[in-house]
Amino acid sequence: MDVYSGSIHIVDELTYELIPVMEENRDISDGELVESFGSSYSESEIKEAAAELRELKDKGTLFTEDSYENYVKDFAENRHAEPIVKAMCLHVAHDCNLRCKYCFAEEGEYHGRRALMSFETGKAALDYLMDHSGKRVNLEVDFFGGEPLMNFEVVKQLVEYGRSREKEKNKKFRFTLTTNGMLLNDEVLEFANRECSNLVLSIDGRQEIHDRMRPTANGKGSYEVILPKLKKAAESRNQTNYYVRGTYTHYNTDFAKDVLHLHDLGFEQISVEPVVAPTSEDYALQESDLPVLLEQYDILAQEIIKRLKAGKFINFFHFMIELEGGPCVAKRLSGCGSGGEYLAVTPWGDIYPCHQFVGEEDFLMGNVFEGIKNTEIADSFARCNVYTKPECADCFAKFYCSGGCAANSYHFTGSINGNYTIGCELERKRVECAIMIKAAMADE
Amino acid sequence: MKHIKTLSTRDYKKSVVTGGCGECQTSCQSACKTSCTVGNQSCENKNK
Repeated sequence: MDVYSGSIHIVDELTYELIPVMEENRDISDGELVESFGSSYSESEIKEAAAELRELKDKGTLFTEDSYENYVKDFAENRHAEPIVKAMCLHVAHDCNLRCKYCFAEEGEYHGRRALMSFETGKAALDYLMDHSGKRVNLEVDFFGGEPLMNFEVVKQLVEYGRSREKEKNKKFRFTLTTNGMLLNDEVLEFANRECSNLVLSIDGRQEIHDRMRPTANGKGSYEVILPKLKKAAESRNQTNYYVRGTYTHYNTDFAKDVLHLHDLGFEQISVEPVVAPTSEDYALQESDLPVLLEQYDILAQEIIKRLKAGKFINFFHFMIELEGGPCVAKRLSGCGSGGEYLAVTPWGDIYPCHQFVGEEDFLMGNVFEGIKNTEIADSFARCNVYTKPECADCFAKFYCSGGCAANSYHFTGSINGNYTIGCELERKRVECAIMIKAAMADE
Repeated sequence: MKHIKTLSTRDYKKSVVTGGCGECQTSCQSACKTSCTVGNQSCENKNK
């Protein structure tokens, strides 16, 4: 991979050996290369491969230098000067009918009280979004919780309200719903399939794994209750525009089995992701888990290639990679947008940089009735990008993760400009696997 | 080319000229909510 042009080259062994030498010494002659590699390869092969590498360099797809730092800093400064909001995570219910042990929302309460968002507060949030989105047409609203279906009536009212303002405001809402599936029924599905561009359905994988971490309030597992509902939802959406979404923990470091279990159940859009928790928790991922976790991604990638080649479609969210039609450099390097273009709103209208910061009073930015009051927080998030994260400097994956999750950085290092090292290791492996799958399928 | 096969990818340098419109999906609205993934997203710039 040529990090700064985005080019990906699949090379033979000889070329692989020549690359670091030619990168180190850009003017090296064919004669010098033959002298170094002549014992293993023929002279004509060496000259041929070297010529191909020089051709790529001349085309600007190899040995490309980083020329984006000032551009991205200017982009961040402009974002700071003229903040635009385009996405909101609406916490319509700080309450939940499950008691998931790893819940960062603390069973829906987010360090606070149980509460449901009123229509008036949700309406004010949508108004705030429309009024602060500048010329952006596409606006995203995720109904989140807790469990958002515990406040389904307000969800419906808010969608109706948003749709009623689209034309006049020249906006297009993309609503999404993240649910644990307990309250999914025909009415909800009919609504979601009509109004929601994406549906995120929580399930962790194998029954024993799921039930251990996702019990109901009375301590029973939730797998058997939700599975038929989730299957029906996936089928009703023709296996598109949804994800079954699981969390893996220290208790299922063999998570590839959970991904494949979900695929064997018939789900085609799957996301199973690492738990984010303080290392003091018994279920938290530890650095010592890393070798197993990295190997699991390799195992999963190989099995996905096998299944794809056998005509069994599977889309694993963290192996998705858009090579040709992917984002611009500004998007790739300027961070996730939390605290700026993306905000989270509590049931009573408080604004936080993202759902992961909700309930942490140091990050309270303002509210949907009076707007952003704490501009210091907004400034620090607006200016956060891969160039403010020293540990991203030499990482090839920064164009794919945009510097990683600000909340993870803060919780593990005390600064949004820090790096959550376990997360970084996993991200690098996922990008590697994603490209490997693309390369393998390109051979077909 | 005999020794190298290149996958088709977006030219980052060209994207500097037309990029930054902000119409694409926000990272965390996709599925994850716990990580940051931008490499899988589609560009929605009509003028690219």
